[in-house]
Amino acid sequence: MRSILLALATLTACQAPPAAVAPVPFTTGGSAAGDFGPPVGDPIIAELTNAPNVPPPIDRDEPATVVVNLEVVEKVMPISEGVDYTMWTFGGEVPGKFIRVRQGDTVEFHLQNHPDNRMPHNIDLHAVTGPGGGAASSFTAPGHESQFTFQALNQGIYVYHCATAPVGMHIANGMYGMILVEPPEGLPPVDREYYVMQGDFYTVGKYREKGLQPFDMQKAIEENATYVLFNGAEGSLTGDNALQANVGETVRLFVGNGGPNLVSSFHVIGEIFDRVYTDGGTFPQENVQTTLVASGGATMVEFDVEVPGTYVLVDHSIFRAFNKGAIGMLKVDGPESLGVYSGLELDSIYVGDLGDHEGIIAAVTEAEAGGTVTLEQQIAAGEALFGGSCSACHQTTGTGVEGVFPPLAGSDFLMADKERSIGIVLNGLTGPVTVNGSDYNSVMPPMRQLNDDEIAHILTYVRNSWGNSGDAVTAEEVATVRSTTDAPAGAAH
Amino acid sequence: MLWWLAIAAAGDGVAIQAGSYEPLYPVDPAVPRTFVSSFILDATPVTRADFSAFVAENERWQRERVPAVLADPGYLASWSGPTEPPAPLDTPVTEVSWFAARAYCEWRGARLPTEDEWEYVSRASEDSLDASKDDAWLARTLAWYGSPRTAGSGRVGQHAPNAHGVHDMHGLVWEWVEDFNNTLFGTDVREGGDAETLRFCGSGTLSATDVSDYATFMRIAYRSSLQGKYTTRGMGFRCAADQESP
Repeated sequence: MRSILLALATLTACQAPPAAVAPVPFTTGGSAAGDFGPPVGDPIIAELTNAPNVPPPIDRDEPATVVVNLEVVEKVMPISEGVDYTMWTFGGEVPGKFIRVRQGDTVEFHLQNHPDNRMPHNIDLHAVTGPGGGAASSFTAPGHESQFTFQALNQGIYVYHCATAPVGMHIANGMYGMILVEPPEGLPPVDREYYVMQGDFYTVGKYREKGLQPFDMQKAIEENATYVLFNGAEGSLTGDNALQANVGETVRLFVGNGGPNLVSSFHVIGEIFDRVYTDGGTFPQENVQTTLVASGGATMVEFDVEVPGTYVLVDHSIFRAFNKGAIGMLKVDGPESLGVYSGLELDSIYVGDLGDHEGIIAAVTEAEAGGTVTLEQQIAAGEALFGGSCSACHQTTGTGVEGVFPPLAGSDFLMADKERSIGIVLNGLTGPVTVNGSDYNSVMPPMRQLNDDEIAHILTYVRNSWGNSGDAVTAEEVATVRSTTDAPAGAAH
Repeated sequence: MLWWLAIAAAGDGVAIQAGSYEPLYPVDPAVPRTFVSSFILDATPVTRADFSAFVAENERWQRERVPAVLADPGYLASWSGPTEPPAPLDTPVTEVSWFAARAYCEWRGARLPTEDEWEYVSRASEDSLDASKDDAWLARTLAWYGSPRTAGSGRVGQHAPNAHGVHDMHGLVWEWVEDFNNTLFGTDVREGGDAETLRFCGSGTLSATDVSDYATFMRIAYRSSLQGKYTTRGMGFRCAADQESP
């Protein structure tokens, strides 16, 4: 934020007498400028929040003593549907509680190790100036509590984690979180603040193998993650748990990476970060697509949202997103902004590139005109069209993406009602649905731009692939649904 | 009377043959293996029933009477009365301080095992006196530390004995040893200036002999988080004695 002030000051200097310009520092002065005197007033009990929530901004002009009570709890928690894991947590969730203080505050830290816990624990806060970041002073046996105090001399967003041997295992079991040290003047106001923290997990069983999965030390040493997750579990930021914002708002994400091993290539599909406080530092970089978040590091990103829809948060080391769970969602509500983004349009290049497929489709159209089209011809044509319009979300294998895009393969929802499925392709689908026992709450755009033949072929293909078996869908059936339903208001086509 | 006959009711003492093992932090790096003389070790951890008999006979170790400097408020906290432990009685007693564990063993004419003795015996698998290079066995012992705390503590002696004939060195409870704070709190270590660094981050691995022995790592970390008056719900003990010369 300081560089913006600086830019404004420079601008003003060109237009107004220099005497009117207040000097703006090029530097915050680091820790040497972080002591604003002794704490004023009674100690304040820190409000701590679970991800994705962030405590409210600090409304204080003077340093205070802030008391943080953080309890370590070891507990079995789901990390994926039907998959449990023994998490070691700071405050009962992964990631741990979000702590928010002001630069210059004196933080009185109480670490409580629940009596039922099996392991000793401690905490290393990267915001601490002092050996071990508090770890040596907070080493705590089960059923005990330790206390230490530090002054938050440096502003910024910092990771904390357990540093008890073997450190890697404590971190791999979820022992990390974040502490924000606000600058004395506070952060620039925004409309939404969220807390997102990535971590990698190592289980004996394969990805999504059901049951209680033990930690696999060997995989951890080899850095061969089974899961890469935002906020400790698959689905913690999708469906009903998606982050929310409205068109026209400014969103700030505090993005941390607990590790223990992997560096994140953090990206939001369909957005550009207007500002990235790279590495959690003070001065922002602007107009960034993807930003690295180090293991044991954090960053702050801000962006305005102009177009409604669903934005997918990923680690753009992309197999982690689609094969290990590193997916989240930001749902933006509000009026369309077609000048910024038109919505989905059929891209003729897709079909044009698929020369053979074009021939198939033409042959089917001809056969259809002659009344001789076969189920096989329709399926072949449908497959070509599916590759162009549908596979981006539902995948060429029809499996979709768990928690985000519903499967078509073996889909009870799809096969239950042919007329409904025609309507969904024509008019799109918004809101919660249950497919094969899993809940989805995403947005499928209307595909009304496809003609009746094309939709008939696609649905015939889908209804006869990947274990599905059904009768053909005819162009007449599509025409009937098209004439009796309307595309939703505001749809792009 | 031989000591092991005296404890026959509580669980047999097992004669441990002399031998050596590789400690994680050898006193002298040039001498990686530490020699352990023959001694006698309880085959199983001390049970709630055993400890109940002790406090019945030694009132000053009852929950309401024990001085705070010898046991913290968690001492026998789950017991319903001064001598009434919760069932089942043949599970290891926990919620005991080092002072209390020591007093119990003295009462029996025994003592706590040293860390060297305990670690030496703990290296044995069912069929080998030294399984410390057996990856499958290491993975099995490590699994307990990552298992849910709610798994609880089972009855003593339910699993096959190790090659020494001792049960439950892994998988039931943590156990007190006489010199539990030896590794990280020894005077020499503190004066050497490294006492603090051993307690956080990976710095502990710098002087370790076998960084893949994570279960041992965790035992040492656990012990060094303790003070003599501490009690925890997951920590018990067993007794040892010197081998009497024939």
